[in-house]
Amino acid sequence: MKKWLIPVIILAVLGFGIYNWAVGFNNTAVTLNENVGEAWGNVQTSYQRRNDLIGNLVNTVKGAADFERSTLEAVIKARSEATKTTIDPSNITPEQLAQFNQAQGGLSSALSRLLVTVERYPDLKANQNFLKLQDELTSTENTIQTARTRYNEAIKPFNTHVKTFPNSILAGIFNFEAKPYFDAEAGAEKPVDVEFDFN
Amino acid sequence: MMTMQQIKFVIILFVSLCFSQKIVAQFDIPEIPKEQTSVYDYMSLLSPSEKSSLEQKLIKYSDTTSTQIVVVIIPTSKGENIGLLSAKWAHEWGIGQAKEDNGVFILLARDDRKIWISPGYGVEHKLTAGIVGELTRNVIIPEFKKDDYYSGLDKGTDAIFEVLMGEYQGTRRSSKDSGFPFGLIFFLFIIFIFILISISKNRRGGKGGPGSNSGGGFSILDAIILSNMGRGSYGGSSGGFGSSSGGGFSGGGFGGGFGGGGFSGGGAGGSW
Repeated sequence: MKKWLIPVIILAVLGFGIYNWAVGFNNTAVTLNENVGEAWGNVQTSYQRRNDLIGNLVNTVKGAADFERSTLEAVIKARSEATKTTIDPSNITPEQLAQFNQAQGGLSSALSRLLVTVERYPDLKANQNFLKLQDELTSTENTIQTARTRYNEAIKPFNTHVKTFPNSILAGIFNFEAKPYFDAEAGAEKPVDVEFDFN
Repeated sequence: MMTMQQIKFVIILFVSLCFSQKIVAQFDIPEIPKEQTSVYDYMSLLSPSEKSSLEQKLIKYSDTTSTQIVVVIIPTSKGENIGLLSAKWAHEWGIGQAKEDNGVFILLARDDRKIWISPGYGVEHKLTAGIVGELTRNVIIPEFKKDDYYSGLDKGTDAIFEVLMGEYQGTRRSSKDSGFPFGLIFFLFIIFIFILISISKNRRGGKGGPGSNSGGGFSILDAIILSNMGRGSYGGSSGGFGSSSGGGFSGGGFGGGFGGGGFSGGGAGGSW
């Protein structure tokens, strides 16, 4: 038995172990990251859907005689603001997310003001098209809420994987950063309460 | 120094603050039931005969279209947004087939006087929120206003059938023989090969006289091992989904149980 053989074997075993650990870490992180990306895609799709619906809503409301100009314009402005803010899903930073949140939150509050104003227009409230639009909007608000919750749920295992101790060393090497959670929308604890009485 | 009244006020304020946080989102979704069927009446709002006729109707619909429609009746959503609760509940139970996502979940909260219909991903394009909302307003709510919950649900589900007409085809899946029996075929194939081998060995053995003996003994052992292998893989292939209700006829719920369909959170409803 040669003396140098033992340390070489130990080194080889150690090296192999570390290699396996690193590969395992990286592959799990990639899979979890994919899940986050998918969840983010759903968040964006649902917000996009809301933007489209708000476009339709604005057109329908415009048709109502002498509808308040200022309320409408606020919605249109907030909408274009929200459309401008986009996020690269592979690299979501807390600042970007906060910006996104604020833009969408601004749209939410403008929208809720519009819907409150609508209460004063009985013709509009009896309009079948308008009722359908309201249903779609409510549905989309719920979809947004669900997508946000699932996004946060998808982030949790990723962050835990990347942040817990021995893994956190590798996370630095492979450049996996913890991702920011969705907080409540700016200006409102929850998305617009699109509640209607159906009577 | 604070007076007694001020202290009381502070305590009440504090306690109510603590509780106000908790009141929201308190409804606990029940675990996936063992018996997976189409109607769950947690407050016995429907009479037994009404319940079973609605249940049978929806099971038959699922048998022919694979689309699972589930009706759940609860007293109250405990202050939770019924639209969010409904989609979350449906997603957790996994109603509809996993691939098609063709589940529809109807949640009726009687004491809240609210109903919500959540379509799965795969039926959303037909059951859009606008259509579902209209259907709720025009078909379901008028019956509910007369306190006739059964006919509201009955007519409502009929209206959903109409909207979904021809969207999905299906056959009743039973948990016993789901899909193509690969395991069985594999098993038969192995036996076939084994027979071929033993025949050829016997022929050679015939020439060699007593030498045939050892070949025979080996092949019996072979057969046992191979047949075990075959059985093992057969069991594996059939063990997939059907955790519940293998029996087709005894009114036993959906064939193969809930399929694991997904829900986006969309949907529509109304109150009366």
